[in-house]
Amino acid sequence: MSEMKHKPTRDGAGEALVELGRKNKNVVVLSADLTDSTRAGWFKKEFPERFIGFGVAEQDMIGAAAGMALTGKIPFACTFGVFASGRAWDQVRVSIAYMNLNVKIIGTHGGITVGEDGATHQALDEIALMRILPNMTVVVPSDAVEAYKATLKAAEIQGPVYIRLGRNPAPILTKKEDPFEIGKAVLYEDGKDVTIVTCGHSLYEAKEAREALKREGIYAQVINLHTPKPLDEELILEAARKTGAFVTLEEHTIFGGMGSVVAEFLSQNYPIPVKMIGIKDSFGESGAPLELLEHFGLTVEHVIKAAREAIKAKKR
Amino acid sequence: MTKKPNINDLKKKAIQIRKDILIMLEKAGSGHTGGSLSLVEILLVLYYYKLRYDAKNPGWKQRDRVILSKGHGCPALYAVLADCGYFPREELWTLRKLGSRLQGHPQIGLPGVEVSSGSLGQGLSIANGIALANRMDGIKSKIYCIIGDGESNEGQIWEAAMTASHYGLNSVCCIVDFNKMQIDGFCCDVKKLEPYAKKWQAFGWHADEVDGHDPESLIKAVDGLDGITDKPQIIIAHTVKGKGVSFVENQVKWHGISPKKEELEKAIKELDNELEKL
Repeated sequence: MSEMKHKPTRDGAGEALVELGRKNKNVVVLSADLTDSTRAGWFKKEFPERFIGFGVAEQDMIGAAAGMALTGKIPFACTFGVFASGRAWDQVRVSIAYMNLNVKIIGTHGGITVGEDGATHQALDEIALMRILPNMTVVVPSDAVEAYKATLKAAEIQGPVYIRLGRNPAPILTKKEDPFEIGKAVLYEDGKDVTIVTCGHSLYEAKEAREALKREGIYAQVINLHTPKPLDEELILEAARKTGAFVTLEEHTIFGGMGSVVAEFLSQNYPIPVKMIGIKDSFGESGAPLELLEHFGLTVEHVIKAAREAIKAKKR
Repeated sequence: MTKKPNINDLKKKAIQIRKDILIMLEKAGSGHTGGSLSLVEILLVLYYYKLRYDAKNPGWKQRDRVILSKGHGCPALYAVLADCGYFPREELWTLRKLGSRLQGHPQIGLPGVEVSSGSLGQGLSIANGIALANRMDGIKSKIYCIIGDGESNEGQIWEAAMTASHYGLNSVCCIVDFNKMQIDGFCCDVKKLEPYAKKWQAFGWHADEVDGHDPESLIKAVDGLDGITDKPQIIIAHTVKGKGVSFVENQVKWHGISPKKEELEKAIKELDNELEKL
């Protein structure tokens, strides 16, 4: 881990916003007082005339983003994930998703590794809240490189996109030259015995678990499902046929998140054992990020254990 | 649409629109009668006098826009839009039916409907967003956002009020259909709004109060805003919920119900009598 470069996904997205500002004059950035934290401030510095602050008023910001999109702008509304998805959910539902407007929502501070700020600021349910909305695309980049690409790509597709980002520096696990398409999952590591599907920062734990399992003679494959919605059904089905057992891993509640997307699809199309790792019907709490991963059962050891169980279940 | 309309013609038009609203609602078998009837003159003064629009080109970038934030009053908007030629009048009778473009609350896709609405409190923020974007693009058009008095209970209205005044959005005009009632009863009993105009003034808005059923006062009010260059404006239009039908006026129970066949006949008779007097 120490050899790897680390960078927060919010930084990758922040850099992409500046790049978008240079490329496309219709791109505007909206912020609800967390301008530096969300990295929206980098865009503001270069394009102050296309930046609009709303103060601590997320509902109002989402509504104004809808209005701007109605005129042909491509607004990126930036705030913490808890506020974008929770506080302003009905505004996202009616003012954006219902009208299928071209608004992009940047939700930072996703996941338990937000750390010391605790439960009110750790977004643990926004993948669920956003993906249940018709027309909404949900992207959860695994590292800063992918966050950069995801933000650029979000501007290219027509319709609402929610981008979930993290706060803390996370290992860079993908390369600049790797292809990235919204809706196209990545077979990150190949294997045959079990599939570990993940999104966001958890790709690191999935990768480490794969290495450990390999030493036991278990060959796991890792899928980076950076787009929980729309689901890359083809790749998931292929993986299910090949490995016959799944583990899902995410810094998010297991109710309705990325794991649920996979489990819902498999139960209806190719029923196989699925073990889900995530937050289990609980709020977050304060603590150091690594401590919290341990406390909530999201570490490499838990992934290894779940993989063994999933394989065992398929043999029954 | 800058030529002053004949006031008597507008009054006749108001009666025709009210009849259409009632027929639509009776056919639909449900809907919001009171808050649709209270809106009529506000919409007429906008669509038959003040607005710059082209019904044949609803996406015209320079157009003035009307956002019906109080989406519950959409039968009135639909009747006026049809009369202005946005879509065929016969389509009015499909209100609230499966597959209709005339949804129970407004949905974009029906020509002339600028914003999907119905979850209260959201329209003014959208109006601000349009105004901010237009300002960036050098487009000088007016955005009228119609809200309800009960809708002013929503916190988002006041968030948007602060945003509009902070950015000096003089192209935003909010019109309140101040009919004094909401579904739970009189606004003053449900949640006190007064001093209403002073609240908006304190938020940095220019505020006017007018009789919302008198076309001449409404025309004077919307024209009076033309010279204001530094702040958003609100017109508090005092209206009567259920206006035009004696047994519907000022009756809380008529907030969310539609007329039955006999009630419709009685109402049409009353409106026709009024028409004869004009």
